[in-house]
Amino acid sequence: MANLNCKVAGIESINPFWLASAPPTDKYINVVRAFEAGWAGVVWKTLGEDPPVINMASRYGVHKNGNQHIVGINNIELISDRPLQINLDEIRRVRKEWPDRVIIGSMMAVIEEKAWKELAIAIAETGVQGLELNLGCPHGMCERGMGSAIGQVPEMVEKVTRWVKEVVDIPVFTKLTPNITNILWSAEAAQQGGADAVSLINTVNSIVSVDLDQMAPTPVVDGKGTHGGYCGTAVKPIALNMVAEISRNQPTKDLQISAIGGIETWRDAAEFIALGADGLQVCTAAMLYGFRIVDDMIAGLSDWMDEKGYASIDDFRGMAVGNTVDWNELNINYDTKAFIDPESCIECGRCHIACEDTSHQAIKFDVSKEGKRTFTVIDDECVGCNLCAHICPVPDCIEMRPVDNGLPHMTWPEHPLNPMNEQ
Amino acid sequence: MALGLCNFNKTGTNNNANKDALSNNYADLHEPLSFLQAKAEADRCLYCYDAPCITACPTSIDVPTFIHQIRSTNLTGSAKTILSQNIMGGTCSRACPTEILCEQACVLNVSEEQPVEIGLLQRFAVDSLFEKQAASQLEHPFKRAKLKEKRIAVIGAGPAGLACAHRASMLGYDVTVFEAKNKAGGLNEYGLAAYKMVDDFAQKEIEFLLQIGGIHIETGQKLGENLSLKSLCDDFDAVFTSVGLGLSNQLGINGEDDDRVIDAIEFIEAIRQSDDLSSLSVGNNVIVIGAGNTAIDAAIQSKRLGADNVTVVYRRGEESMSATQWEIDLARKNGVNFRFYSAPKSFENIQTHNSNTDTYTKTASLECDYMQLDDDGKLTTTGESYKLPTDMVLKAIGQKFDKSPFTELNIENGKLVVSNYQTSMKGLFAGGDCIASGSDLTVQAVEDGKQAAHAIDQYLSKNQYLSKNQYLSKNSNLSNLSEEK
Repeated sequence: MANLNCKVAGIESINPFWLASAPPTDKYINVVRAFEAGWAGVVWKTLGEDPPVINMASRYGVHKNGNQHIVGINNIELISDRPLQINLDEIRRVRKEWPDRVIIGSMMAVIEEKAWKELAIAIAETGVQGLELNLGCPHGMCERGMGSAIGQVPEMVEKVTRWVKEVVDIPVFTKLTPNITNILWSAEAAQQGGADAVSLINTVNSIVSVDLDQMAPTPVVDGKGTHGGYCGTAVKPIALNMVAEISRNQPTKDLQISAIGGIETWRDAAEFIALGADGLQVCTAAMLYGFRIVDDMIAGLSDWMDEKGYASIDDFRGMAVGNTVDWNELNINYDTKAFIDPESCIECGRCHIACEDTSHQAIKFDVSKEGKRTFTVIDDECVGCNLCAHICPVPDCIEMRPVDNGLPHMTWPEHPLNPMNEQ
Repeated sequence: MALGLCNFNKTGTNNNANKDALSNNYADLHEPLSFLQAKAEADRCLYCYDAPCITACPTSIDVPTFIHQIRSTNLTGSAKTILSQNIMGGTCSRACPTEILCEQACVLNVSEEQPVEIGLLQRFAVDSLFEKQAASQLEHPFKRAKLKEKRIAVIGAGPAGLACAHRASMLGYDVTVFEAKNKAGGLNEYGLAAYKMVDDFAQKEIEFLLQIGGIHIETGQKLGENLSLKSLCDDFDAVFTSVGLGLSNQLGINGEDDDRVIDAIEFIEAIRQSDDLSSLSVGNNVIVIGAGNTAIDAAIQSKRLGADNVTVVYRRGEESMSATQWEIDLARKNGVNFRFYSAPKSFENIQTHNSNTDTYTKTASLECDYMQLDDDGKLTTTGESYKLPTDMVLKAIGQKFDKSPFTELNIENGKLVVSNYQTSMKGLFAGGDCIASGSDLTVQAVEDGKQAAHAIDQYLSKNQYLSKNQYLSKNSNLSNLSEEK
C-alpha cells in the first residue's frame, strides 16, 4: 500500500484528508467521530469573539442533478454559535485524546489588530497545530465586515495574516475566497503577510434555487432568502483552476496549498494533488454521506498510486502543473477527428443532434431500409471539438483520433495569421 | 352480454376461494411506479434523437419528450404529450405489448440489456393527470376547433371508434357513437385481462375522453338489428365504422357445441363484468386452445380464478405462438402448462358409473392429434393422438369480421378494404380490427381512429364545394363543358 503520509505547512498528517472548517467540525463529538472514521485532521469550525453568533433556520439549499444526487450545497450558516471557551476546552481535550491527528483552529474577527491577535493566542494555547484565517465566508459575516469582506481586499488579507503571524509560532493558513477577479492577488497578499499556507477555495457566492411557490431564494427563512456559500462537486472545477493558478504562478509556486472544493472521491483528491495541493479539505461529501466517505478516498488513492507506481504523495504532487499552460502556449496545429465505432454505437443519435444543432454539422445520419441507424463523422466538417465524445452515453464509442496533418508545432503567438506578427 | 357467464357457471366446479383472495389474484399486474421510481426510471432515458421508440409506437408518441417532462416534473405536460398522439395512452400503457413495440426499440436494450420502462412511465404520467383532474377539476387538456356544423356517426365504441370520436370532436365535428353492448369501451372494457385494467379504468378513460364535449354515445345499438348502415349514411355527413371482429372462429371438431366448450373472449368478458369474482365458477382442468395473447389471458385468469390445472394446447411449437414471449413467460409463472404440436380433434363427454354408490360422474376429455412439421415445413398429423381430461375448454383461436352488414362493400381476406380509411362506399370510413391494418392491438385501433378522423375531415372539407358532377348537374346549361374536356 502506498504511503499516504504527508506534510502540510510542516504539519505531519497520516493522510491528506482533513475535514474543512464547517458544521462537521463544530464540536467534540463530531470531531471524535471523524477521527474514528479515519480522517487525518480537522479544521475546527470557525471561532469568533464572544458573544457567539446566532444562526438561522433553515440553513441549506441544494442543487441536484437529474438523478436526484446533490451536486452542490449552498449554506447561510455563520461561524460557531457556541461560546468560545467551550470550543477551546473541547479542542484541548481532543488534542490530548488524538495526538496523531491534526486540529487546525479556524478563526475570524473584524479588521482590528487586537481582536485578531487575542483570538489567535487564545486558540493557539489549546495546542492546535495551526491556525486558519477565515477570510472567505460570502454570507452573513461579510455584512459585519468579516469573512469575504476582508478576503476580497488583498491589502487586508496581507495585514490580517501578518498580525496573526506576529503572535503565534505555529503555521498559519490563510483561507481565500473565490469571490474575486484574480485569486493570485489574494494568494500573493497572504504570502506577503507571511502565511505558511493558503486554504482554498472557500464557498462561492450563490443563490442555489428559487422556491417558485414562495417566490423566494432557498433556503427560505420566513418568506425570504439570501445569497449563500456554494460548495460540493459543482465547485470543483473552480477550485481546481484556482489551485493551479497559484501552483504555476512563479511568486507563489512554493506556497503550501490546502485544497478545498468539491472533493468527493479519491480521484478528485488525486487531481488536486496533481495540480500542486499539499493537503486536502473536505466538507460537503461528509455532510452528504457521513464520515465513512473517507474510506474509499484513502483506499482508492492508495490503490491508484500502487497501480501507477507512486510510493508516496510527493511522487506525483504537482505533476500536472507543468502541463497547465496559458492558451497561447497550446499547439494550434494539433488536430483530431471524431471516430464513431459502429460496433459499440447504440444508435441513440445524441451525437448527431448535438453536432447538427449546436456545432459543425459533421455527423451524418442514415437510416437503412431495415431501420438501422448509422452515424458517421464527416471528416472535412469535423473540427475535433469533442462535444460528441462527451455526450455519447457509451464509454469509448466515440474516439478523438489525432490527425497526422504534417504541420509543425505552433502556438498562436507564432502563427502567421496572428496580427501581432505582421511587422 | 352475460351468456358466457351462464355457460361456464353451469359446467364449472364451485369456486371455494374467498372473495378477498380472488380480488388479490386480480390486482394490478404491474404495480404503478411511485414518483421516485418514475423519476429514477425517467433518468435512464437517453433522450434519443429521432428516437426508435417513437417509430415503434403505432401512434408515434414522442416518448423521449414525455419522459423528459417526467424528469422535469412537468407531469401534466408529459400526459399531454402522450394524449395528443394517443387519447387512450392510459389503456395502452397498461395493455400494450411494449416488449414488441416501444421497449423493444429502446437503445438501452443494446447497452444495458434492459430497456427504459416506457409503458410504466406512460402510465405514471397519464395517471397523474387523471388524479389531478379528479382532485381539482382540471380542464380537459384539448380544445375543440371552431364548430363545423357537420355530424359524424361512429359505429362501435371501442378504442378505434372513441379515438376517432375524440379527434373528430377536436376538429370541430359533432359525433354520435353507436355501440351494440350496454357499455362503451369495446375490448378495453370487455376483452383485456382484468389484472391489466383494474379500478374500472376503461370507464374512467372514456369519462375523460368525453370531457371534450360534442360526443354522444348511444349503447344497445347493433348494426343489422336496430341500426342500419344505410340510414346512418343518409343521416350523417360521414360514418366511421369500427365494429371490430364480431364472430369467433370455430374449431370444427366433434363436441364443439357442448356447453363446456366456451369462447375465451366470453370467459374474459364475464370476469371483466363481474362484481364478485367468487360468484364465478371455473373448471378444475381447463384447456385453452390457441396461441395468441387472448389464449394467455384466458389461461392466466382461469388459473387465478382457482382452476387446478390449466393447459394451453397449440398445434404448432412455442416459437410460432403469436403471444409475446413476455406473455408466455407470465403464463408459466402463473403455473400454466403448454402442450405444443397438439391439434384438438374432438371433445367427448364421459359418464362413469360408480357401482358402490350407483351414481354417475360426468367428466369430459379433449382428444388431440400429435402434430409434426414435415420436411417441407408443413404441419401434419403424426397419426397418434392423446386425450386430456377436462371440464372446461376455452377457445381462443381468433375472431373474424362479421361481414353481414357490409355486403355492399369491398372485402378482401375477410376484412374491409380501405384507402386512407375510406371504404369503397363514399362517406363511409373504417378502422380498427375490421380493416387490414388491425393487428389486435388497442394502440393500432387508436391510431386508425385518429387518422380516420383526419381523413374524414379532409373529405368533409372538400365536400364544402360541390363536386364537379354535382355542379354540372345543377347548371345543366354548362354540361357541355365536361364533354369538351
